[in-house]
Amino acid sequence: MIEIPGLFNYWVVVFLMMAGFYVVISQGNLVKKLVGLGLFQASVFILYITMGNLSGGQAPIVTEGVFVYSNPLPHVLILTAIVVGVATTAVGLALVVRIHEAYGTVEEDEIHSLDMADEETPREEDNRPGESRE
Amino acid sequence: MSAELLLALIPLVPILAGFGIIAARARPNLREGVSIAAGVILFLLVATLATTIDWAAPPTLVLAEPFPGLSLSLTPEPLGVLFALVASLLWPITTLYAVGYMRAHHEQNQTRFYTAFAISIAATMCIALAGNMLTLFVFYEVLSVATYPLVTHAGTEKAKRAGRVYLGLLMGTSIGFLLLAMIWTWSITGTLDFTPGGIFGDEVSNGVLGILLLLYVFGTGKAALMPFHRWLPAAMVAPTPVSALLHAVAVVKAGVFTVLKVSVYIFGIDRVGQLAAADWLVVIAALTIVLASAIALQKDNFKARLAYSTVSQLSYITLGAMLGIAAGAIGGGLHIAMHAFGKITLFFCAGAVLVTAHKSKISELNGIGRRMPWTMGAFAIGALSMIGAPPLAGFISKWYLFGGALQTEQWIAVGAIVISTLLNAAYFMPIVYAAFFREEDPGHGHVEHGEAPLPIVLALVTTALFTILVFFFPGVPLTLVQQMAGG
Amino acid sequence: MTLLDHLPVLVVLIPLMTAPLCVLVDRPRASWIMALAAAWLSFASAIALALTVATSGTLTYQLGGWPPPWGIEYRIDTLASYVVLIVTAMAALVMLFAKESVAREIPERRIARFYATLMLAFAGLVGIVATGDAFNVFVFLEISSLASYALISMGRDRRALNAAFQYLVMGTIGATFILIGIGFLYMMTGTLNMLDLAARLPEVSDSRTVRAGFAFLTVGIGLKLAMFPLHLWLPNAYAYAPSAVTAFLAATATKVAVYVMLRFMLEVFGADFSLGAMPLDLILMGLGLIGIIMASLVAVFQDDIKRMLAYSSVAQIGYMLLGIGLASATGVGAAILHIFNHALMKGALFLALGAVAYRIGAVTLGDFAGLGKRMPWTMAAIAIGGLSLIGVPPTVGFVSKWYLVLATLEQGLWPIAVLILIGSLLALVYIWRLIEAAYFGAVAADAPEVREAPASMLIPIWILVAANIYFGINTDISVGAAMQAATMLMGDGG
Repeated sequence: MIEIPGLFNYWVVVFLMMAGFYVVISQGNLVKKLVGLGLFQASVFILYITMGNLSGGQAPIVTEGVFVYSNPLPHVLILTAIVVGVATTAVGLALVVRIHEAYGTVEEDEIHSLDMADEETPREEDNRPGESRE
Repeated sequence: MSAELLLALIPLVPILAGFGIIAARARPNLREGVSIAAGVILFLLVATLATTIDWAAPPTLVLAEPFPGLSLSLTPEPLGVLFALVASLLWPITTLYAVGYMRAHHEQNQTRFYTAFAISIAATMCIALAGNMLTLFVFYEVLSVATYPLVTHAGTEKAKRAGRVYLGLLMGTSIGFLLLAMIWTWSITGTLDFTPGGIFGDEVSNGVLGILLLLYVFGTGKAALMPFHRWLPAAMVAPTPVSALLHAVAVVKAGVFTVLKVSVYIFGIDRVGQLAAADWLVVIAALTIVLASAIALQKDNFKARLAYSTVSQLSYITLGAMLGIAAGAIGGGLHIAMHAFGKITLFFCAGAVLVTAHKSKISELNGIGRRMPWTMGAFAIGALSMIGAPPLAGFISKWYLFGGALQTEQWIAVGAIVISTLLNAAYFMPIVYAAFFREEDPGHGHVEHGEAPLPIVLALVTTALFTILVFFFPGVPLTLVQQMAGG
Repeated sequence: MTLLDHLPVLVVLIPLMTAPLCVLVDRPRASWIMALAAAWLSFASAIALALTVATSGTLTYQLGGWPPPWGIEYRIDTLASYVVLIVTAMAALVMLFAKESVAREIPERRIARFYATLMLAFAGLVGIVATGDAFNVFVFLEISSLASYALISMGRDRRALNAAFQYLVMGTIGATFILIGIGFLYMMTGTLNMLDLAARLPEVSDSRTVRAGFAFLTVGIGLKLAMFPLHLWLPNAYAYAPSAVTAFLAATATKVAVYVMLRFMLEVFGADFSLGAMPLDLILMGLGLIGIIMASLVAVFQDDIKRMLAYSSVAQIGYMLLGIGLASATGVGAAILHIFNHALMKGALFLALGAVAYRIGAVTLGDFAGLGKRMPWTMAAIAIGGLSLIGVPPTVGFVSKWYLVLATLEQGLWPIAVLILIGSLLALVYIWRLIEAAYFGAVAADAPEVREAPASMLIPIWILVAANIYFGINTDISVGAAMQAATMLMGDGG
């Protein structure tokens, strides 16, 4: 039981991860899914960063008289991962905008029923609004 | 020319012919000429190989080596050379027949037809001359695929469905059973070369070999052993030249040839004799012989009756292979040649009747012998050969098979041969009788006609003559087959 | 350092640098030419790489001159050079094909950016294979994945957008799992270099952290692989993407994921740990088999041919996973061989489908009626590719099946051998539906005139078809390299 406070960061990571995962699965709104995805990724960032922290460690900037530094590598890795996350969110949101243009909605079930209706009465090949045929 | 060059040319000639046929597609006479010329050249090549080969040191041609230690190679051995002789002899004759048939029937897509034929013959040659099981398997599959456009030539719904049964059964058995058996054999023995006496050492248990034998024999769908025989009657939807050469000679013989090769050169005749599975296969072959003959008796469609007769006759060979003694293998090997000449004659006649009199049912054949004396005369000769009456080819192979069955005291085999001989007579002789001794029936959509077109008559008379000649001069087939069993 | 020394990084850099060039130039024809040149240059570099590795052993390259394990290192060994060769070859052929296909399917103002994205995806895929650093794998994985999401969304049908979105969500979860797994491994060993990890992991492999990391990695890579049941994104993504994209991704993306699995499971963790201590062998065998049978069954009932082939791809990946799960040199070798052979098969099939889509506009079973006469070369290519998929000799598919069945029989697992062959027979069923439709169907009276596909499409298709047959007969290179890589992976075992 004494360990639980010591593992505090991992509890936060797990909570955020599961929360984000749950949002992705349960929400029908595409934007909300992306929010969940962001939460999920953020939990992993926290995992990395907190793992790099050493007890009694200082910020990893070379200073006189400091001998224990926190590990700088996870920070660097996470910077990369954050950029990747930003790019993913950007692509995701761009897709959401296009989906909204094409379907008029960003709710998953409505999109699904529109697709089903399409299969009953097939529309023309190029059914993307705002497209110019070459 | 060197033996290796001969080996290389033998599959090459029909393939080149295929290209030639496509090139000559605009001029039908030239196109057919390419086929016939290629056939004659091919037969001469095979005959040269047969007469000049040194059986003590046969030549080998390695085509490729897809797996380390396993190559695609051609190595002639006596049974294979016999098979190649028969197939290459009958190809030009069938082409001659096909000329008459396809033109009289106004068939479409003739270029595709002749090209697929040539490729099928090339595959058959490679099967006949295969030096190991892998080579045989590869060209066995190629043959299945190459004959598919021939079987489904008509392009109708019925042809499509027949094609499904055909390919489904043949590929299903070959991929499901034969491939498994082959890879298993490779993993046990490390070789797939055809070796007299077999490739399994004594350390391999009879139980394992029994299962392998079952996989091999049932995996050879082209041998039409029940219950995997349905593709043969289904393939009758093809034009008759296809039924004649491929389903009386090339495809079906490739099947039983495979069974014989496997039993003689992969297992070894003696080892087969020790396996309980072989006894079971004798029973199944015997059942096929009798059941198929019984079914043939009930069929009114001419080609269907011939198809079931073929199923029955093929199992004679399987029976011979599974008896486990030399006489059985000799009888089986001989029957490959004997049955080929007889059956092709019968199919030629069926096609002649179809094309000339537009009749496909046996009940309509009353009195047709008077209008088509040559055709039905040849039919009579072929029928007698099937029954096994001297002085016709079928007698010789039946003699050996019967002797072999008696020797091993497998009474089921003996009984099957006897009963089926009687059944053969029962379903063939009435046709001959009705053709010559019954009065014509003017009711059945009757068409005034004479004898079949000349190319057709020439072809069927030639094969009927062979049926007689082989009885009097059995030297070549007999020596070859005895060499296989002894050597 | 000569140019040859820079090869490991050149294969990645050439397409990576071409991408912004395409955006800057922003003209359809010019960007296609640049993409084509980049792909072929990369392919040439890959050949040089493969030859060098074959003669002088593993090539390493240190980015920025920083030595490992602190710096990022690129390591090209036999397996990596093999996979790089496949990816670059497919890119080169698809680029040839892409000119007409893309011009038809993508609006003109987007074409330059399409090629830029394709170059990014290509660079990402090659980077995954070339690198020797675990985190670098993640970065390149995300680069290629993000580019793939964008590429898929450019399909004509609006359902492509949703397909891309679903793939994005699932793919990001998968990549994040991989990131978690790498994080756990870093936690326990303090290094990210794959060789170094392999050296340090055995001492700590008993800890729960490492096992958890293993599990996360397996699930994450499995998602990218389209391992059953994590394959749900694949059918839609392949069905609705532009034809050139489907052909390229089908031939490369999942194969690279198989490579990642091989690298992590067999080299980093070691075969003894992954396939011995952890039940990965059973999982891969089981899920692989289920994938084979189920995906093949579903494929039989598909009307949309792209979808049918997508499910077929899931089945083929099942074969590869089965091979790895057999935990023998022959099995792993069969899986690596199938990476090569499947790229040839599916590449040819999807390109041929793309040619049909180019002429007809859609690819449902009904559209194929009578196509055998109207587009003979294309349909012949589909027929041969189909026979290869079934495993009929003398095609590459037969060679793959042979080694896979051999591997199962070596272990005495004959029921699995039977299941593999049943998978082949199921492939026979769904391929033959297509063949029948093409060669037996009557052309509808009101169907528009259809000509054969243009030469620029037929040439890459037939190069692949010829390769299907050539490598089915002459297997020295493909099998030799695969078996060599497999023995290295299984023998070293970490």
